[in-house]
Amino acid sequence: FAATASIAQADESASLEIEGETFVTKTKAPAHAENLDEIYSGWVFRADETQTLQTDDFDNPGFVFVDTAMDLYEEVDGTADKACSSCHENVEDFKGLRAAMPRVKDGKVQTMEEIINNCRTEHMGAKAWKWSGTQMSSMVAYIGLQSRGMPVKVAIDGDAKPIWEQGKKLYYSRFGQLDMACSNCHEDNYGNMIRADHLSQGQINGFPTYRLKNAKLNSIHGRFKGCMKNIRAEPFKEGSDEFKALQLYLASRGAGLTVETPSVRN
Amino acid sequence: GVATAEPTPAGKVQFEEGAVKASLTGQAGDVANGRKVFKNRKLGNCLACHANSDMKDELFHGEVGPTLDGVSDRWTEAELRGIVTNSKKTFEGSIMPSFYVVDGIGRPLKKFAGKSILSGQQVEDVVAYLMTLKEQ
Ligand code: HEC
Ligand code: HEC
Ligand code: HEC
Repeated sequence: FAATASIAQADESASLEIEGETFVTKTKAPAHAENLDEIYSGWVFRADETQTLQTDDFDNPGFVFVDTAMDLYEEVDGTADKACSSCHENVEDFKGLRAAMPRVKDGKVQTMEEIINNCRTEHMGAKAWKWSGTQMSSMVAYIGLQSRGMPVKVAIDGDAKPIWEQGKKLYYSRFGQLDMACSNCHEDNYGNMIRADHLSQGQINGFPTYRLKNAKLNSIHGRFKGCMKNIRAEPFKEGSDEFKALQLYLASRGAGLTVETPSVRN
Repeated sequence: GVATAEPTPAGKVQFEEGAVKASLTGQAGDVANGRKVFKNRKLGNCLACHANSDMKDELFHGEVGPTLDGVSDRWTEAELRGIVTNSKKTFEGSIMPSFYVVDGIGRPLKKFAGKSILSGQQVEDVVAYLMTLKEQ
């Protein structure tokens, strides 16, 4: 159709390489994502120019925020006079953590944002950072970067099972005046254009994502909020049990895709 | 449409196998306004999902639903009114929003709570516009 042909379409067969490392942007769906045969990173659906930005860390605008986090990591803050580096000398020690997040501990989902704020309030005597603020998103990206290229693998059994079920239920629930579920767009229609947007599977392996649209790093819960508002639904709160359950469920649907933090999206 | 009937509130519309026979407002639809409602992103936003050759000048036609070229050759006016009013009565489980429905909506944003996406007259206008889409 003529009008859609003018959009710079993504090359859906392109493969993502960053600094000589090859990423898994397409693979067989895990068995628990029973309605999908294959899973794709959101990178696959972006226009060529956007895709290219992510292939070089100097061009990737997300790295400006990684630099911010490198400074924050060394910065003393709070009543205990400590910096992150006082207790965690090598940030590389966090390798693997992002790929397994969120995780369930004592029956509760724990996100990277919560771990970081726990260290700030409990170990540093510093103020908690805002969930989607620049400092938090930057630090989440910096810790996440240590796992870049590793396959996503979250635990969904045992303690995690009921929370995963809750997330799954939310994923298939219709909300808002437009009365749509996440699945309507991201499972039934990925690959299709919805007006000017090329629908992806809504995977979260790239988060935090740098978006050209708002020129900042975007948190997972921030994106959930945006999608809910678009269907004219009252979003759940960032950090809510609902969004954490949804995050666990979505992470599990992306099992096998590689961590792309910080990725670039439009 | 039927010129004398009372307007039917959203939620009180009578369906017969997905179709709605009488005008929702008792008034005829306005084709020109229906065309506007169809493409307006805050109203019908139908182009989000449907391509429509009659609107070639508009960028970005979606691919989620079928093209609406020639749609009035495939459906009667009553059927089209039913589809736009409540798409789920014709297409079970559809992604297509129901444009004149107020019940059973989960967590609507406050400013939209209790309101249908379109007014009854806007639905009539869109239906009148759809009736002009014929195979060449
Ligand atoms: C009306 C369609 C629609 C619905 C419903 C919808 N989204 Fe989205 N979503 C989009 C669009 C458009 C984008 C941007 C393009 C893309 O990545 O698909 C997007 C992007 C995303 C992304 C970012 C993917 C990436 O790689 O950057 C995530 C995650 C996401 N959505 C999750 C959700 C969740 C969770 C829900 C349900 C609460 C939801 N979406 C409901 C349309 C929708
Ligand atoms: C005074 C010591 C201290 C400081 C300062 C500190 N942490 Fe921690 N951190 C810990 C301890 C102890 C743990 C183990 C879990 C717990 O008890 O909170 C931990 C756990 C973590 C973990 C999870 C590791 C894992 O594999 O489970 C991350 C990520 C983390 N910290 C990041 C940070 C960041 C980022 C900062 C700075 C904003 C910071 N920490 C500051 C002591 C500290
Ligand atoms: C979010 C997507 C979406 C939006 C927005 C949308 N539709 Fe649809 N529509 C569909 C889908 C998908 C179908 C096919 C039936 C199905 O599978 O549910 C459809 C089917 C139809 C049909 C039947 C077409 C045929 O040839 O069988 C008509 C008529 C129609 N839509 C009109 C409209 C009008 C008018 C609007 C705006 C006021 C609109 N639609 C908005 C998704 C949408």
